[in-house]
Amino acid sequence: MDKYSVSGRVFDIQKFSTHDGPGIRTVVFLKGCILRCRWCCNPESQSHRIERMKTGGKIKTVGYDTTVEEVMKKVRQDMPYYRRSGGGVTLSGGEALAQSEFAAALLSAAKDEGINTAVETTACLPFDMISEPLKYIDTVLCDIKHMNSEKHEKFCGLRNELILSNIRKIADSGAHMIIRVPTIPGFNDTEEEISDIARFAASLSGVDEIHLLPYHRLGYDKYVGLGRDYPMGDVQSPSKDKMNLLAAAAEKFGLTVVIGG
Amino acid sequence: MPTYNSEKCKKSDRIERLKAELFRKMPEIEADRAVLLTESYMQTEGEPMVTRRAKAFKNILEYIPITIRPDELIVGSATIAPRGCQVFPEFSYEWLEAEFDTVAERNADKFCISEKTKETLRGVYRYWKGKTTSELATSLIAPEALLAMEHNVFTPGNYFYNGVGHVCVKYDDVLAKGYRGIIEEVKAERVKMNFGDADYPAKSALLDGIIMSCEAAITYAHRYAALARETAKGESDPHRRAELEQIAKNCERVPEYGARSFYEACQSFWFVQMLLQTESSGHSISPGRFDRYMYPYYEADIKSGKISRDFAQELMDCIWVKLNDLNKCRDKDSAEGFAGYSLFQNLIAGGQTPEGEDSTNDLSFMCIDATMHVMLPAPSFSVRIWNRTPHEFIIRAAELTRTGVGLPAYYNDEVIIPSLMSRGIPLEEARNYCIIGCVEPQVPGKTWGWHDAAFFNMLKPMEMVFANGKLDGVQVGLETGELCELDSFDKFFAAYKAQMDYAISLLVNADNAIDEAHAVRCPLPYLSSMLDDCVKKGKTPEQGGAVYNFTGPQGFGIANVADALYAIKTLVYEQHKFTLEELNEAMKHNFGKFDGADITEMTEKIASELSHSGVEINEKVVAEIYNTLKNKDGNSRYAEIREMILDAPKFGNDNEAVDMMAREAAYTYTRPLPNYKNPRGGIFQAGLYPVSANVPLGAQTGATPDGRYAKTPVADGVSPSAGRDVHGPTSSANSVSVLDHGIASNGTLFNMKFHPSALEGMAGLENFAALVQTYFERKGSHMQFNVVSRETLRDAQKHPEKYAGLVVRVAGYSALFTTLSKSLQDDIINRTEQRSF
Repeated sequence: MDKYSVSGRVFDIQKFSTHDGPGIRTVVFLKGCILRCRWCCNPESQSHRIERMKTGGKIKTVGYDTTVEEVMKKVRQDMPYYRRSGGGVTLSGGEALAQSEFAAALLSAAKDEGINTAVETTACLPFDMISEPLKYIDTVLCDIKHMNSEKHEKFCGLRNELILSNIRKIADSGAHMIIRVPTIPGFNDTEEEISDIARFAASLSGVDEIHLLPYHRLGYDKYVGLGRDYPMGDVQSPSKDKMNLLAAAAEKFGLTVVIGG
Repeated sequence: MPTYNSEKCKKSDRIERLKAELFRKMPEIEADRAVLLTESYMQTEGEPMVTRRAKAFKNILEYIPITIRPDELIVGSATIAPRGCQVFPEFSYEWLEAEFDTVAERNADKFCISEKTKETLRGVYRYWKGKTTSELATSLIAPEALLAMEHNVFTPGNYFYNGVGHVCVKYDDVLAKGYRGIIEEVKAERVKMNFGDADYPAKSALLDGIIMSCEAAITYAHRYAALARETAKGESDPHRRAELEQIAKNCERVPEYGARSFYEACQSFWFVQMLLQTESSGHSISPGRFDRYMYPYYEADIKSGKISRDFAQELMDCIWVKLNDLNKCRDKDSAEGFAGYSLFQNLIAGGQTPEGEDSTNDLSFMCIDATMHVMLPAPSFSVRIWNRTPHEFIIRAAELTRTGVGLPAYYNDEVIIPSLMSRGIPLEEARNYCIIGCVEPQVPGKTWGWHDAAFFNMLKPMEMVFANGKLDGVQVGLETGELCELDSFDKFFAAYKAQMDYAISLLVNADNAIDEAHAVRCPLPYLSSMLDDCVKKGKTPEQGGAVYNFTGPQGFGIANVADALYAIKTLVYEQHKFTLEELNEAMKHNFGKFDGADITEMTEKIASELSHSGVEINEKVVAEIYNTLKNKDGNSRYAEIREMILDAPKFGNDNEAVDMMAREAAYTYTRPLPNYKNPRGGIFQAGLYPVSANVPLGAQTGATPDGRYAKTPVADGVSPSAGRDVHGPTSSANSVSVLDHGIASNGTLFNMKFHPSALEGMAGLENFAALVQTYFERKGSHMQFNVVSRETLRDAQKHPEKYAGLVVRVAGYSALFTTLSKSLQDDIINRTEQRSF
C-alpha cells in the first residue's frame, strides 16, 4: 500500500511547537497509550477509542481517523519555518509508536520530503513496533519515569523492564536520543531517584542531554471534561529551587540538563 | 567579520532620575505658545501667510518660557511642566474649549489645565473664530463627503483638527552645516531670482520666511546657552556645574553651526526634533535613520578617544527620555484612537545603505540598548530587516521584544523597497527609506506623505450593501439594489465594490479639501528649510514643495470583511443555510444579544428608519417597536445564524480559500486609491493599519456578517480578527502573508501576541527570529509583537472572546488560555508574574 494512504488515529495537530525537539515544529498527537501515568496532562490521549470531552462549556469529539497524506498537508504548511529554525515534525501521543505502521509511514513520508523528524515515546511496547519507525527518526525523545520497577508500576500501571531494555536497544542502534523525566513530587523528586535515572542515561551511547519536566496541573480541566477524577489530588508543581537542586544532581553524570525541555 | 562593535554599554544612574522627574505628575496644558502666536498674528494681518507664520514662529521662540530640567545633558523643553503640551489654535480650538472641564478626567490621555490657563485661552480663542484650517476645510469638503463622515464611514480627524507632521527632515544637513549654512544656501537661491520671475512674489516670501525661522531657532538655542550659564553660576555641585557649562557651550555652537562632536550632534538633533513640534502640532515627526546620520560624529569621537562608548550611550538614552517629554493634547475621540500620549516619533535602525550594503553599525545596537534602558513608549523604535541583516542584530532585537515593551517593530526591506519603487522612487532612495509614525515608509528629507490621512472603515460599505446605500435610514452610499436583487455572490461582491469605490471617492474629496486648507492657512517655513525641494521650488510642503507627494489614508477591517464575504458566499449562496434577509435581520438584532440600553437604541434606530421612509412616528409607534423588541422570541434563530457563521473557516488559520478572499477584500481598498491625485501633484496610496482606532471606531459599527457583535472592536490592521485565529503564530503569519503587502505602499500592520515562555532561552530567541524571517520571506511587510503581560492575561480572563487564540506555553505544555479553568488561569498568571527578564 502507498504510504500516503496508510491511516491512523490522531487527536490533535499543533503548530509552532517549540519544546518538543529542535526549532519550530508541528506536533502530531496520536491517540492511545499503554501506560496510565497519574500525572498525565493529556488524559484524552490514553484511550484509543474516540471520546467525548467537555471543554470550554462545549462537548467536543476527541480523536479522528485520517491518512498520512491528510496529516502531511498540515505538516507541509509550515515547511519554511522548519527550514529557517531547524525544526520539523514531532509525533507525540498517547504512545505514538503504538500505531506503528501509521507512525512509520508518516515519518518516512516526512523524511522523503526533507522534513526533520522526532518522536516522543514511552518505549513501552514490543521492540519490533519500534524498530521500523526508528529508521526514519532524527531525534528520539524518550521518557524514563523511574528506575524502580515496583514504583513505576504503582504510578504508571506497568513495570519498567521492557522500557529500559528498549531504550538501550534504541541507543545501540545509533539513534540520537534525549531522555526526558517528568519530575513528579512524591514520586521521583529526590536527588537519589533523579541520580539513578541520570546514571542510566549517561551510560547510553548517543545520549548527552536530559530534560527534567516539572509536574504541572494543566491537565486538570481535561479530567473534569472527561468525567474522571484527577489522580494527583492537589499536589503542587515543584519549586524552582527544587528543580535546580535536581538538575545539579543530574549534571554530576556529565549530562547537559535542561529544565522544562 | 563584522565591522561593528555590538558590546552592550552600561546604563547610567542618571536615566532613572530623568524618568522620575518626567513622570512626577499628570501632563499639563500650557498657553504660552497660543498667546505668542496670536499676538503675532494680530500684528501681521494682511501680510503673506508664510511671512505671518515665520513671524509668529520667531515671536514664540524669542519669548516662550524655557527650562533646564534637573540632571539633563540634552536640553530644550516645549513646556515648563514635564510632558506638558502647548496649544495650536490655528488648526482648531473649539474641541479643547468644550473639554476644558473634562480633559483631566476623560478616559484616554488626561491633561490637567489650570483655571488661569483656561481664562487665557478663552481670550486667545476669540481671535481665531473663522480663521482655522479646520473651518476652511469644512467649507471645502463636499456635502456628500461630510455626510459620510457624519455616519462614520471614514474619519479624517487627524489633519482636520491638527497639523500634518508625518515627516522625516534632513537632520544630517543641520548636523553638518548648521542653520547658518542653510541660511547661506537660501540666500544664494534668493540672489539668483529675478524680479520678473512668475514665482517671485511667493518664492521670495517663503525664502525670507525660511531665513527668519532658522534665525529664530538659533536665537532659541542661545537663550538656552544663557540659561545654562546662569544656572551654572548658582550650582553648588561642581560636577553638575561643569555639565551645565558644557551645555552652554553646546547651545552656543549648535544648531547655529555644524556639530564638531557626537555630543553637539545629539544636542543639535534635539533642537530640530522639538522645534518642528513647536511650529506645528502635526505628530509622527520621525527621527528616521538615527544610526546612519549620527554615525560619522560617533565614529570620529570614538576614534579620537574624545568620548567613551558608555558616554555615547548615556547621551542617546537622554535623547530617548527627552522624546517622551514632548506631548500633545488631542480631542477626546482622537485621544482614544491614538491612546497612550503617543507622538509616534519613529526611529529606525539597521537595514541597508543607498548602495545596497548592510548598514548595521555600533549605533544600531546602541539604539536597541537605549530602548532597553529607558523602557518608555517613545521613540516608536523600529528595525529594518533584509536578507543580509546580521543574525546577531535580529537576536538582540528579539531580546528587546522579550521584555514585553512592545518594541521594536520589524520591517521588511525586501517588500518595502520594491513597493516604494512601484510609486516612482529610484532604487537608491528607496533603499534609504525610513518609517514614519506607525508603519508608513518614506524617503527621508524629500517626502510630504500625508501618511495618516484618514481612518476608513471597510465594514461601513458592507453595511450599505445590506441597506441599498443607506446608513441609519439616510442615503449615504450608492443604490446598489435591494437584497432580493443580489441573487448571486458575484452580484453581492460587485455591490460591495461599488459601495467601496463611491466611499473612497468621498474620502479623497475630504482629504483633498483638508490638504488645500493647510496650504492656504498653515504653510510651514521652518520645516521647509529641511525638506527637499522646498527652497528650489519656492513652495512649502503643503503647497507641493516636496520631491515626493502622497496621501495615505488607512483602511481597516480586512479580516472582518474577508470572514464576512466568505460566510456569505458559502452559507448564503452555496449551502443555503439562511438568506441575506435573514442575516440582515439577525444583524439588526445583534444576533439576539442585547440588553435594556441596546433595546432603547435599536428602537430609536428603527424609528428613525421608519420616519425616513415616511411613517409618522409618535409615542405609540415607539412603544410598539420597543415592546416587540423586548418580547422578541426569535432570538434563538439569530444566535443560531451566528453559530453557523462562527463555524465557517476564518482568516488567520492558513486556509487558502478564506485567505484568498482576504486578498480580494484588501484589493477593494488598495487598488482604487492610486487612481486619485492630491492637490500637491502626488497620488493616493493605501495603508492597512488602524493605530488603535479599531476599538473606538468598532464602537460605532453595528453587528457584521462575520458574526461580530455590534460595538465590539474591528480587526487590527492586517491581523486576523481577535480570537479567530486558533492555530498559532505560523498559521496566522501564513494567512496574513497571502495579502498583497506591496500594493499597500503606505504600510501594513501585523500584530501578534506571545506569552513570554515562547521566547525563553536562546532557543526561544532563535525560533522567534525564524518566525519573523519566514514571514518576511513570504513577503510580509511589517510585524510587531505584544509579549503578554499579567495584565493582558487578567483581561483575557474577563473578556475571553477577545483572546480565543491566545496560546500560553508553560513548561513545555501549550494550551489555549481561555479554555482553561479559572484556577489554572490564575496559576499561569502567577507564573507570568514570576518571570524575570
